[in-house]
Amino acid sequence: MPLNSGRVPLASIFRVFFIIGATSFGGGLISWFHREIVTRRRWLTEEQFMSGVALGQVLPGPNVTNLAVYIGQRLRGPRGAAIALGAMLTGPFFLCIALAAVYSEAIRIPGFHAAMDGIAAAAIGMILRLGWMGASHSCRKAAPAVIALAVFIAIGILKWPLLAVVAVAAPLSVALVWPKRKPQGGGGDA
Amino acid sequence: MRDNPLFALFYVIAPFSLLSIGGGPAIFAPLQHESVDVWHWLTAREFIDLFAIARTAPGPGAMLTTLIGWKLAGWSGALVATLALFGPASLLCYFAARLYDKYRGHEWHTALEEGLAPIAVGLIFAGAMSVLNLSGGRALTWIAALAAGAALSFRPKLHPFLILGAGALLFVAMEFAGAGV
Repeated sequence: MPLNSGRVPLASIFRVFFIIGATSFGGGLISWFHREIVTRRRWLTEEQFMSGVALGQVLPGPNVTNLAVYIGQRLRGPRGAAIALGAMLTGPFFLCIALAAVYSEAIRIPGFHAAMDGIAAAAIGMILRLGWMGASHSCRKAAPAVIALAVFIAIGILKWPLLAVVAVAAPLSVALVWPKRKPQGGGGDA
Repeated sequence: MRDNPLFALFYVIAPFSLLSIGGGPAIFAPLQHESVDVWHWLTAREFIDLFAIARTAPGPGAMLTTLIGWKLAGWSGALVATLALFGPASLLCYFAARLYDKYRGHEWHTALEEGLAPIAVGLIFAGAMSVLNLSGGRALTWIAALAAGAALSFRPKLHPFLILGAGALLFVAMEFAGAGV
């Protein structure tokens, strides 16, 4: 799939991130990002997006805002990053306060709590779907599939520290796809 | 100065921005400890309510921090808490992304992107797992999450709203049916 070439207008960045922020009920923002930015608009390739996901998780702080900053920076530098982040947080800022303000009344509506749980559960499904798409794209060979599975088990099930796991797994994974160089030709790296 | 709620909010929350690796779930437990046990800004029950609100409302689950600020000091509290949590991490991420981007086009950068993709896949599933655990680990949550994922795999064009709405309906129906799944 070719990338949508050309400069992405700042107004488009604002619109996409604002809408995702304001409509992503139940979380699952990472899968909304993927849907809008990779699948529908082709602003980033699958690999560019996924390396942003990895970067956003390894760096401290909330993962999805890190990812928004990464995408915005990648598309339009500092202004892109600031607009992506600000646009994404504006809607949720007011909406979550509005929900908190009516929460004590809303909670008395029969089924309200169940509906909230159901939305959050379905949003997890969106994340599972994104993981599956990523796996079918990048884990077609055995080695990357084993690495992805090992990272999942180590962090998701064994609860090992994320940084330590990535510090071992990432160099391994990158070494597997490292471009072959001519012998003694390695002096060009600055 | 620590008696000023805005300063206290910043003082407590900003470190999480730069010290919490792994996102929301890595933030919630220490944030609960600080805001409930240490600073008595809210009760454990209120924390759980705010957690549920931030999780369901649109946007990142980390907006929980915004809600804590709002509870403690109104709109200015919400603003300070939001800036404290997202500001420092976002700045760091910006410089990291810029550095990473500088080498775009180099052979090894392409290899780096390709090599990081399986890592990201593992991290995405691990993230889904930790959110599943946070949501209490009910069987119905697992079933709904897997069903939603499967539905989107077979019908990729389905709008996410339909999936989220179906999740809400399923849970409400099960509650009224009295099923304790």
